[in-house]
Amino acid sequence: MWTWFHKLASPPHFYRLAGLIGPWLLWPSLLLLAVGTYGGLVLAPADYQQGDGFRIIYVHVPSAYLSTTIYAVLAVASAIGLIWRIKLAHAVAAAAAPIGASFTAVALISGALWGKPMWGTYWEWDPRLTSELILLFIYFGYMSLRASFEDLNQADRASGLLAVIGVVNLPIIHYSGMWWSSLHQGPSLKTLDAPSISGDMLWPLLLLIAASTLFFGALLLSRVRAEVLDREQNSRWIQDLFGDSAGAG
Amino acid sequence: MTPRRQRMLTVALVLVGVGLAVGLTLQAFQENLLYFYSPTQALAGEPPEGRKFRLGGLVEEGSMSRQPGELKVSFVVSDLEQSLPVTYEGVLPDLFREGQGVVAHGYMEPDGTFRAEEVLAKHDENYMAPEVAELLAEQGHPVKEQAAN
Repeated sequence: MWTWFHKLASPPHFYRLAGLIGPWLLWPSLLLLAVGTYGGLVLAPADYQQGDGFRIIYVHVPSAYLSTTIYAVLAVASAIGLIWRIKLAHAVAAAAAPIGASFTAVALISGALWGKPMWGTYWEWDPRLTSELILLFIYFGYMSLRASFEDLNQADRASGLLAVIGVVNLPIIHYSGMWWSSLHQGPSLKTLDAPSISGDMLWPLLLLIAASTLFFGALLLSRVRAEVLDREQNSRWIQDLFGDSAGAG
Repeated sequence: MTPRRQRMLTVALVLVGVGLAVGLTLQAFQENLLYFYSPTQALAGEPPEGRKFRLGGLVEEGSMSRQPGELKVSFVVSDLEQSLPVTYEGVLPDLFREGQGVVAHGYMEPDGTFRAEEVLAKHDENYMAPEVAELLAEQGHPVKEQAAN
């Protein structure tokens, strides 16, 4: 039952598989990005209250969604790495961190740009905004903790534990609007209820969420491949793969 | 116990421990984390006296008045139970309108009005085209306002 799991965790196998799957995520994501952007910026009508300013939702919501989703990926990968001692899982977590931090920064910046005209302020120490900022700091903490170790195994273990602890912040971000009175509006997309955004505005948003998720997948795979190459640079299979010129240094 | 199970248990225990600690801390700070007070809470004297606090609620329909040629505005903030008159001098955000949610930062004057130094509009989660909003209003289903929470 676990053979596929162990096979997946073997670096040469994963390296090859990721190289095969990558383009199949990248191209659909670029296609969806193009269609979704056209739909969001041209086809969707202006909002009844916010006018054209609402269109920042098409950047803000996908990146905010990915900022927490990527953290979940990072934390689960770290936990797998810690428990089963799988190095590839740590490589996945390490590769995901800068992507997640970037999406978090985009969510915060796009939110601030929207907040100034709409709310009347770039920034408020509001529960939702503050917990999202803490998420950015956790990403930074994870990356700098990794970078501070010479030894790869130590770096994996220490940063992995930090990643697992940081998971506590995810439900806080998600429920901050419900637990405390917040300036941030409630979610327009709900799991169980009908969305409170009209259909002609909704479909570009869904396309863009799918596009950025696929884009994250493609980016993650290619970053993990680079991470694997770096970690295994002295191993036999890489020297076989690149001939004698590689792996010497 | 195998080493793997032991590691699994360690990870789970660390997570539960930290989660519990953060949960209890947040519980303890619940009052300080309150982002704004409703007019009912403000009139009941819940905000610390003599200190600035945030007042949140809906701008009462028809309550807004502006001095011509000046930036001074006054309006009434209500939570559908109690209401509080607010005065403000400055530029209001785009989404500020009667019937919409608002968060004002300021202090209580001795005469019982709230003097705001900053006014923020609280947006609801409804997104639609202007034509749809008009249609809804014509049919007698104006866009449901989010009650001040």
